[in-house]
Amino acid sequence: MGLFGLLDDNRLPTLGRRKFLAGSALVIGFAFANSARALVPTTGLGRAGALDAAATGFDGFVPDGFIRIGTDGQIVLVVPSAEMGQGIATTEAMLLAEELEVGLDQVEVALAPADPTAYNQSILKGQITGGSTSVRAFYLPLRQAGAAARTMLVNAAAGLWQVPAAECSAARAVITHNPTRRAASYASVAEAARSQPVPKDVQLKNPGEFKLIGKPLKRVDTPEKVTGAAKFGIDVMVEGMRYAAITICPTIGGKVKSVDDTASRASPGVVDILRIEDAVAVVGETYWAARKGLDLLAVEWDLGPNADMSSDDLWDGLRNAKATPIVGKVVGDPDIALASGVRIESTYELPYLAHAALEPINTTIHMQGDRCDIWVSTQVPEIARVVAAEILGLPIEKVTVHPHLIGGGFGRRLAVDTIQQAARFGKLANYPVKIIWTREQDIMHDYFRPAYFDRVTATLDPKTRLPSAFHHRTTGSTVRTYYDRKPWPEGKLDPDTLGGSVDMPYAIPNGKWEWVRQDSPVSLNWWRGVGEGHNVFVIESFIDELALAAGKDPIEYRLAMLQNNPRAIAVLKKVADASGWGGKLSARRGRGVSLHHSFGTFAALVMEVEVDRYGEVYLRNGTIAVDCGQPINPDGVVAQMTGGTLFGLSAALHNGVTFKDGRVQESNFHDYRQIRMNEVPPFQVFVMPSTENPGGLGEVGTVSAPAALTNAIYAATGVRLRSLPIDRKLLMEKGHGDEVAGASYQSKTITSQRGVAQ
Amino acid sequence: MAISATVNGRAVQLDGPPDMPLLWALRDLLGMTGTKFGCGIGQCGACTVQVDGKPVRSCVLPIGELDGAITTIEGIGETEEGRRIQKAWLSLEVVQCGYCQCGQIMAASALLARDPKPDDAAIDAAMSGNICRCCTYPRIRDAIKEA
Repeated sequence: MGLFGLLDDNRLPTLGRRKFLAGSALVIGFAFANSARALVPTTGLGRAGALDAAATGFDGFVPDGFIRIGTDGQIVLVVPSAEMGQGIATTEAMLLAEELEVGLDQVEVALAPADPTAYNQSILKGQITGGSTSVRAFYLPLRQAGAAARTMLVNAAAGLWQVPAAECSAARAVITHNPTRRAASYASVAEAARSQPVPKDVQLKNPGEFKLIGKPLKRVDTPEKVTGAAKFGIDVMVEGMRYAAITICPTIGGKVKSVDDTASRASPGVVDILRIEDAVAVVGETYWAARKGLDLLAVEWDLGPNADMSSDDLWDGLRNAKATPIVGKVVGDPDIALASGVRIESTYELPYLAHAALEPINTTIHMQGDRCDIWVSTQVPEIARVVAAEILGLPIEKVTVHPHLIGGGFGRRLAVDTIQQAARFGKLANYPVKIIWTREQDIMHDYFRPAYFDRVTATLDPKTRLPSAFHHRTTGSTVRTYYDRKPWPEGKLDPDTLGGSVDMPYAIPNGKWEWVRQDSPVSLNWWRGVGEGHNVFVIESFIDELALAAGKDPIEYRLAMLQNNPRAIAVLKKVADASGWGGKLSARRGRGVSLHHSFGTFAALVMEVEVDRYGEVYLRNGTIAVDCGQPINPDGVVAQMTGGTLFGLSAALHNGVTFKDGRVQESNFHDYRQIRMNEVPPFQVFVMPSTENPGGLGEVGTVSAPAALTNAIYAATGVRLRSLPIDRKLLMEKGHGDEVAGASYQSKTITSQRGVAQ
Repeated sequence: MAISATVNGRAVQLDGPPDMPLLWALRDLLGMTGTKFGCGIGQCGACTVQVDGKPVRSCVLPIGELDGAITTIEGIGETEEGRRIQKAWLSLEVVQCGYCQCGQIMAASALLARDPKPDDAAIDAAMSGNICRCCTYPRIRDAIKEA
């Protein structure tokens, strides 16, 4: 391992004639005033990215996989994580630029190519973007890379001037010898810097010295996204490329029984039919020709073992699961503590969810004898390469994955089922083919967020009315079987199933947290918010129910359990103040709160809603406070928190995937509805100042959303919703009509709640 | 037989069948990939283009039915409203993944052309046909007002 835990020093490039300038001609740039430059296409970096600069004849300074400084002054920063809207290209470029001492306006940014080692991150152990880990994993390594490169440049200049390096400083890509004010650009010493030894240790800045980190900087990827020039996976154009429209067996585990393609082959523009075990592709000169050909294809399916699968059966399985619980954590003596005192118990149910990223699944693949190219939007470029090579029967190094901008990830592009499918089709074709799923296929053949059944029990201390004992049992399957592509071991805890629950921020004297494993045939995948997205809904709903049972205000009740948690207290108090918590509201309006500590970040949300007499829910206001440690780009923090919260609200308001006769019942945005402009309220977002280590952000808002929503609905109507999506019929029937006036938890009695026993 | 059309002020020949949606003609025949496929049934707005300045879902508009000059995201910056919308989008840093934003910008610039100072209700009416899964809606609203 090299200095930064990422690089092998042997791979540093050697001398060569520069050809990288030719690559820069490919830069798709748009001259908006004051905007950063556009992304550099990965193709401009050569097969293995910056590390392989020698192969492309680059003669500048390439200290590692992240930084290239040309003798002409071009500075390229290669960002290791996939850009799917979270702004990571900008954030990671800021980390590099901060310590390299360059401005973002002086650099170009490239997305890293797939590489087996160069861009791996320490938390997920691979070139993987997910789990809100990117900034946490790269905060130090990228800064160290920038600092090492700067040190080498400064040492090179000092060597040329024959002065002590300690007398030199660097800023905005210029090195200055402070006593003489002599100056040299990075470009002018790029060649000399190459022969400098890589420093064994580098001094990083203190937060007080930051010039970029903590400033709301403009994103590097957005200028090309407002002109249509940005290239997502679906936009790839390859010489000689054909288009495939496909049909997939509607049931999980089913197969193609027979195909009659006579009419399809005769359809204008159809050039080929490709058949794999569970799908058939019609290949056309255009996508439309393929789609029309597909309409004429007659396929008979062997529906396989899950042809009768239904939501009713799946829910019966979850509610009545008999597997021995796997204990995640025990505190004190919960069994004894739960046996005495007022016992409160609730059950919660969360549906399967599809990702429904706006860019439908697509993969472009070109198999050419002993090698293969794949152009795809993916959160896991290296895993994509490995699984494609397995199917194609090629050595891994003969498969090149060209990662692209992702038109919404939300976890969907952590799965490689679609890339495996493309490899199976691609193996049958000797031409480049772009496979595009329909929206219906994107939803119906998703790898879904698991459904969960949760039971939470607590007893309250008779004096304080705080929980003296707490028991959370969650029932569901594990995503890991699918993500790892091998069955998760029996009897082993998947920590994701209890994420956000075992580590809830509240002080609980006696508690037990456990998982009952209940696998189902439904293919599963991470969904924005992961385990925390499920558990924080359960915990934060239940805490509200306990507050009600205790006759306490929900925020006061939470504060009483947070004595040793100043960061949690601070975000909670912030949203209480800023949302006008406790202030009077008009009839049928209510406020709800949620609090959690996930992905290294503390977040509190207050939602204010209005529920009409027909059970329709209107979002009226959102107030967010987030302590993510040191914010890198505060403007990006606000964007992620607002967008992530709305993403979670969208699902809680509208979404649940259901099954009947083995088939997914939802198919497109008419029946898998998404939140739209007219449903979106104003938000206030408060980013707490901090120099603590940065936490994650991509999933934090989504985790906050559903509990704050249903807690607010309770405040507005007196109806406690314990399953998602929200049940408008129940709100209409039980929502107390017009007599509910404003939010007052104290005025409602526990007996009004279904499923709460005293 | 090719179908004649005007795209971003340029006369083009679309060599496809009359039932081919404009979306695929733009993308596959002209190589103009800024207009995006999202749902195929006119529900999400990712494919929005303008025909004679009016926002249209190109995924459900057959090229045989074309009647008017087409403007796409690649050409909208040449119009006054499009230029202002693009500038505001960057000024307020609206964009996240960006996949829907071409359609959002086409819808927003059409709105601005007919209503230079749209209020919230006008923005809701004009923009609620465009889904953004990153949920950049609050900044879209603000950017339309700033433009």
